[in-house]
Amino acid sequence: MKRRLNLSAAVIGLLMFMFCWQVLTWLIRQPIMPSPLLVLPLFFKSIFGELGLHFLASTGRVLAAIAVSVITAVPVGLGLGQSPRLDRIFAPLIAIVYPIPKIVFLPVIYILMGITDVSKVFLIALIIFFQILVVVRDEAANLQAELILSVRSLGAGRRALFRYVYFPASLPAVLTALRVSVGTAIAVLFIAEQSLTTYGLGYYIVVETYQVLRYPEMYTGIMAMSVLGLVLYFVIYSLEHRFCRYQDQNGA
Amino acid sequence: MIAINNLTFAYSGQEPIFKAFNLTVDRGDAWSVIGPSGCGKSTFLYLLAGLRRLMSGAILIDGAPILRPRPRTGLVLQDHGLLPWATVRENARLGLSIWNFYGADGKHAPADKKLGADKADQRVDYWLEKLGMAALKNEYPGRLSRGQRQRTAIARTLAMEPDLLLLDEPFSALDAPTREELENLITRLNREANITCIIVTHDIEVAVVMGRKILALREGFNHEPFILENACAGIFDKRNQTAFHNQCAELRKTLGALA
Repeated sequence: MKRRLNLSAAVIGLLMFMFCWQVLTWLIRQPIMPSPLLVLPLFFKSIFGELGLHFLASTGRVLAAIAVSVITAVPVGLGLGQSPRLDRIFAPLIAIVYPIPKIVFLPVIYILMGITDVSKVFLIALIIFFQILVVVRDEAANLQAELILSVRSLGAGRRALFRYVYFPASLPAVLTALRVSVGTAIAVLFIAEQSLTTYGLGYYIVVETYQVLRYPEMYTGIMAMSVLGLVLYFVIYSLEHRFCRYQDQNGA
Repeated sequence: MIAINNLTFAYSGQEPIFKAFNLTVDRGDAWSVIGPSGCGKSTFLYLLAGLRRLMSGAILIDGAPILRPRPRTGLVLQDHGLLPWATVRENARLGLSIWNFYGADGKHAPADKKLGADKADQRVDYWLEKLGMAALKNEYPGRLSRGQRQRTAIARTLAMEPDLLLLDEPFSALDAPTREELENLITRLNREANITCIIVTHDIEVAVVMGRKILALREGFNHEPFILENACAGIFDKRNQTAFHNQCAELRKTLGALA
């Protein structure tokens, strides 16, 4: 996180990636490893067509899951962080549930909620929820009592404390947790989208292309999913830098 | 200005710090509060600031009981209470931003003072300038010296135009020139702007410089206040003189007798 990424590094990284891919194509020489020179033009052609729809469907699900998890986890985390008594009650439960890979609940969630968009979003939100809950709780608990007192002495009640202290205090941690968990979220999305849906990159990659041996098209789907992960990662990364400049300064 | 009637207070499960404690503070007074650590000096300020609930009795400021922080009471703490993610200017503006956040509701902000954003900015800039922080207004607290942080905290409080200033160990951990400069500033505010000042300290010299009246608190519970009249307050350049030393010696003796 301390090493900032700039444009030239991104371009160089991308070129190296394409080169390695091309070398693999030369070495393997099978239909499962088409050349990037074939896949790239296909990607740019189809991203404005059907592939684009799959991309939008997946993006929508991830964004919805992020929204749901942030909206629910932040208040709960703040509540636990501010109340040591509540925290003592729930800490053991959270400690047990936190490390469970939530994907194992997929069948349970499907049966209880049906195989719908709601259940897919719920599963992803569940994963991000615990990541955010834990960091927000710890941030709120670590705020100095004197800081809270002095802001309260300025007239701040509960609402102003949230606006001027708790929210900005936990924002960096929320963004870091999101950035770290977005990869897992997309991996789970890939699995969740394979069943009973018509749009979504997971469905496109597995059902529409892989199972009918359209390998170059399958790679355009893989690229779209990678782009989704990359873009989300760097959007969150740049938000972190925008809102958390003071940390760079303090660390200097 | 402040009337403390029959104040009783204890932290839960502990012996009371104050028991039926009475004290009157006149407007424009300058008080020092001194005592050993753990005697309840800071608690005393928090009670005045409306940050702790009394068990019984009442604290009246201008006749109104203190049940929550009062908009025109300014509190400055030892470790400054600045927001690490906000610049010096944003920190200094925090009190006024909170007032605007609630509007002039008379509860969180004074009912009679509506302050536009421009006015608030002007006032904050005025105090930052006056405290020598204007050049640093876009820095974050993490980059400031302790003295600069304390100036920012004082600017934040003064921007709210308080009539009562509560200071909790405001000069500890400051170097001597900075301390003397800030002592000077607070004394001037007290005299020229008629702001009532109550300063909590464990430092005998600071207590003698800052308080025309000195309240000595003891460990265990406080019932009768021990008050020392002090003629040496505000004498910055006479720290080496006999009168000042005698006053310090007397205060030391009083504290020794209380212990």
